[in-house]
Amino acid sequence: MAHQIVATGRSRTGIPTGRLAVWWIIGSEIVIFGGLIATYLLNRFNHGPSWSAEAAHTNTFIGAANTFWLLTSSLFVVFAHAASERQDAKKTRMWIWLTIMLGGFFMGFKSYEYATEILHGYTIFTSNFWSFYYLATGLHGFHVLCGMVIMAIIAENDIKNERNWHRVENIGLYWHFVDIVWIFLFPLMYIAK
Amino acid sequence: MAEVVHVEVGHGEHHDDHHELSFWSKYIFSTDHKIIGFQYMFTGMAMALIGGYFAYVFRMQLAFPGSSIPFWGTLSPAAYNSLVTNHGTIMIFWVAMPVLIAAMGNFLIPLMIGCDDMVFPKINRLSYQIFLLSAIVLLASFFVPGGAFGGAWTSYAPLSAKAQYNSTPFGAPLWLIAVTLEIVAFLLGGINFITTTMNARAKGMKIYDIPMIVWMIVIASILFMCSVGPLVAGAVMLLFDQTLGTAFFDANAGGDPVLWQHLFWFFGHPEVYVVLLPAMGIVAEVTCTFARKKLFSYKLILYSSIGLGILSFFVWAHHQFISGVDPRATYLFTTTTLLISIPVAIMLFAFVATLYGGSIRFTTAMLFALAFTGEFLLGGVTGIWLGSSGTDIYLHDTYFVLAHFHYTFVPIAIIATFAAIYYWFPKMFGRKMNESWGKIHFWGTIIGFNGIFIPLFILGAGGQHRRIYNFQNYPDLAGADMQDMRVFATMSLIVMLVSQIPFLINFIVSIKRGEKAGKNPWKANTLEWVAPSPPPHGNFGPVLPEVYRGPYEYSVDGREKDYWPQNEKPEPEAS
Amino acid sequence: MSGHKHPSYLKIYFTLLILFIVSVLGPEMAHVLGLEGVPRALLVLSTAFGIAIWKAYLVCAYFMHLKVEKIYAPYILLACLSLLFVFFFGTATDAMFANGHNWVKKYSEDEALAEVIARDEHHEDDHGHSESHDESHNEEKSQ
Repeated sequence: MAHQIVATGRSRTGIPTGRLAVWWIIGSEIVIFGGLIATYLLNRFNHGPSWSAEAAHTNTFIGAANTFWLLTSSLFVVFAHAASERQDAKKTRMWIWLTIMLGGFFMGFKSYEYATEILHGYTIFTSNFWSFYYLATGLHGFHVLCGMVIMAIIAENDIKNERNWHRVENIGLYWHFVDIVWIFLFPLMYIAK
Repeated sequence: MAEVVHVEVGHGEHHDDHHELSFWSKYIFSTDHKIIGFQYMFTGMAMALIGGYFAYVFRMQLAFPGSSIPFWGTLSPAAYNSLVTNHGTIMIFWVAMPVLIAAMGNFLIPLMIGCDDMVFPKINRLSYQIFLLSAIVLLASFFVPGGAFGGAWTSYAPLSAKAQYNSTPFGAPLWLIAVTLEIVAFLLGGINFITTTMNARAKGMKIYDIPMIVWMIVIASILFMCSVGPLVAGAVMLLFDQTLGTAFFDANAGGDPVLWQHLFWFFGHPEVYVVLLPAMGIVAEVTCTFARKKLFSYKLILYSSIGLGILSFFVWAHHQFISGVDPRATYLFTTTTLLISIPVAIMLFAFVATLYGGSIRFTTAMLFALAFTGEFLLGGVTGIWLGSSGTDIYLHDTYFVLAHFHYTFVPIAIIATFAAIYYWFPKMFGRKMNESWGKIHFWGTIIGFNGIFIPLFILGAGGQHRRIYNFQNYPDLAGADMQDMRVFATMSLIVMLVSQIPFLINFIVSIKRGEKAGKNPWKANTLEWVAPSPPPHGNFGPVLPEVYRGPYEYSVDGREKDYWPQNEKPEPEAS
Repeated sequence: MSGHKHPSYLKIYFTLLILFIVSVLGPEMAHVLGLEGVPRALLVLSTAFGIAIWKAYLVCAYFMHLKVEKIYAPYILLACLSLLFVFFFGTATDAMFANGHNWVKKYSEDEALAEVIARDEHHEDDHGHSESHDESHNEEKSQ
């Protein structure tokens, strides 16, 4: 419909409405992931020795590589944001697609990791540590996947047609949040043994 | 050539669309906040009828055990459990939440803060569609093999975690999926409410000029958003336990069933305040308008509701005093639970103080608002016993608990909602509801409601356990005096349900034939009464209103009229 | 977000990379040095989690521009974060311990640990065979 909503354009707080909504979404995601991590920690403290022994089987190398991909992709999406502020569609799309590529690396490594673990008998049923492991990393991977899809839509729908530049920043904020979740999942699942 | 013609035709169609929308795009797939509010309201009302019907069926079973129930037949124990569970779930998640927060929030927030729509109309529509899907999933769970979930609305593990315990292999996961979808819908809706109020207020509307109900809906949305996260994580874990066979909540494999209770009540208790706060906001609006008086201590009510919100995160384990939480923790949770009654009491007494010295008009909306103040007080006061861990050990899981939370939830979800419907009906449909029928409805509802739950308080104090299908199997509870009270409660329920018939007729007839209301039938101040009734698409026409003063300037000294709309320009310095 | 000077993103990124390498090496060092008990816990916790918090702060402050964002945004996030601590400490009194004042959990940590060790040895015998995971799975279920 051609009707333009006045409300969306207003900004009493000084934060554009889209970005404000993203902050709230991140706030609600903090509680979701935080609730999961808190329950994980409670269990971890309760079952110290056996969970440590289980955690020894996670693949630190792949976890570290995935941390690297996500950190770098965070840098790229910030470059995309900087390019979008200059309204440079070509550069913006390039950085977004590079970010998606790194997200793809992350998912690829993750799939390989899951596959080897399952082949070695560490499935979601093996013990509660592994249930938490698959749940937390799976939920995180789902967020990565969603972020990749949204970024592709923004690059090909909005930026290509040179409109809605602010969406690059909004998806960037979300992507950084996903990165931060991994920053905490990585030591929890891979390093602390 | 053909292409050009095609383009022109397409353009013409688009033009028509804009002016004369089809039924589907106007009422079903609309992004207009008012239509979405109506969708929520009507879905909520339909679900309320279903929930009320469930209540009727299981109350009949309790009053006349084993006999054939009119409009149902004989009730089996498994069906009894399903009905009780889904009565609770429906009334909280599919009646109180959509009507109080989503319907009122959608309809009122843009009108009251003076803008033309929500900031994200499409997300708003998506939120309703997910909500509708969740309602369908929940109702569908009655028609799967094994029947609907029967493990209480709290869905405690391990009963809920394994099909071999709850014998509803499909009902339990469907229940969980429905609740999770509903949560997603309200997260989307909540983000919309919060950002709209934060960012899209009319020019001149400062934070203390926001009407109380908008504040309350926003605080409630924030509470919901901040508390629901652990439950989302927990719901996924429980779903994995049910469907895949993991052991997150299985004590034998190192899981922790009490953890589920924590995850649930960390959300579940703030949830009580999520629905309470909008009800408080409704009562504040209605009380001020019909007492023709400024709201007593606007800022105190606002601050105490924020304090209530913060405190509500520290009380959840008072639901778990006998489920194995550490006794030292119960000290803490008893203290915070008793503390939380203070902000609630402040708000209720502020409403009473608002009445003092006002010129009160006993319209139906006002009667419902006054009834809320009184009845909710009873609910709150009985909560003191349950909040103290000592008495709770005796009263836990009896009908005393049940009567207590119905004395809070019925005023919230039924009485305050009716106040809101009678009050804003003229704005919603441009016509007033019939007051005489409204008063019949009011007295039937209030008498029926008290008739149900006062006997249940007594029964609960007498030791009647909550989750029993047939009390005749328990000699201690099968006495004639106790049974008489159960029959009385059931009869009162029927009175309450029958009293809704005049309301429904009144509602439907008034939409078409009610007295024309005009823009501002109650002579109220807030911005929604500036818009035409019913407000058109875009609400206020081409020019959106500006705000010059607070929302409750009634009976101001030295003014001819006893109200002073927020958007009325101040007169240029006439001393 | 225009009208202010962006920090050097590359500089932040390389700081993050260095922190990341330290966080991986720290626990390895604890292993190599053969630390036990409190020193090991200190080293692992500070390198793994202290640095995670530092990294998260850097990403929030500079990549998400929270340092220059209006004050609402950090408040929203901090409020949500602080509630998690409420949840954690309220729940910890019973979920975190194997027994408490009036209850004891029947699940035996020693048995669980023995089971993990037994499974590991089993794995070393026939590494990677598809039967192995079936067996260990059944073993788990029969417990």
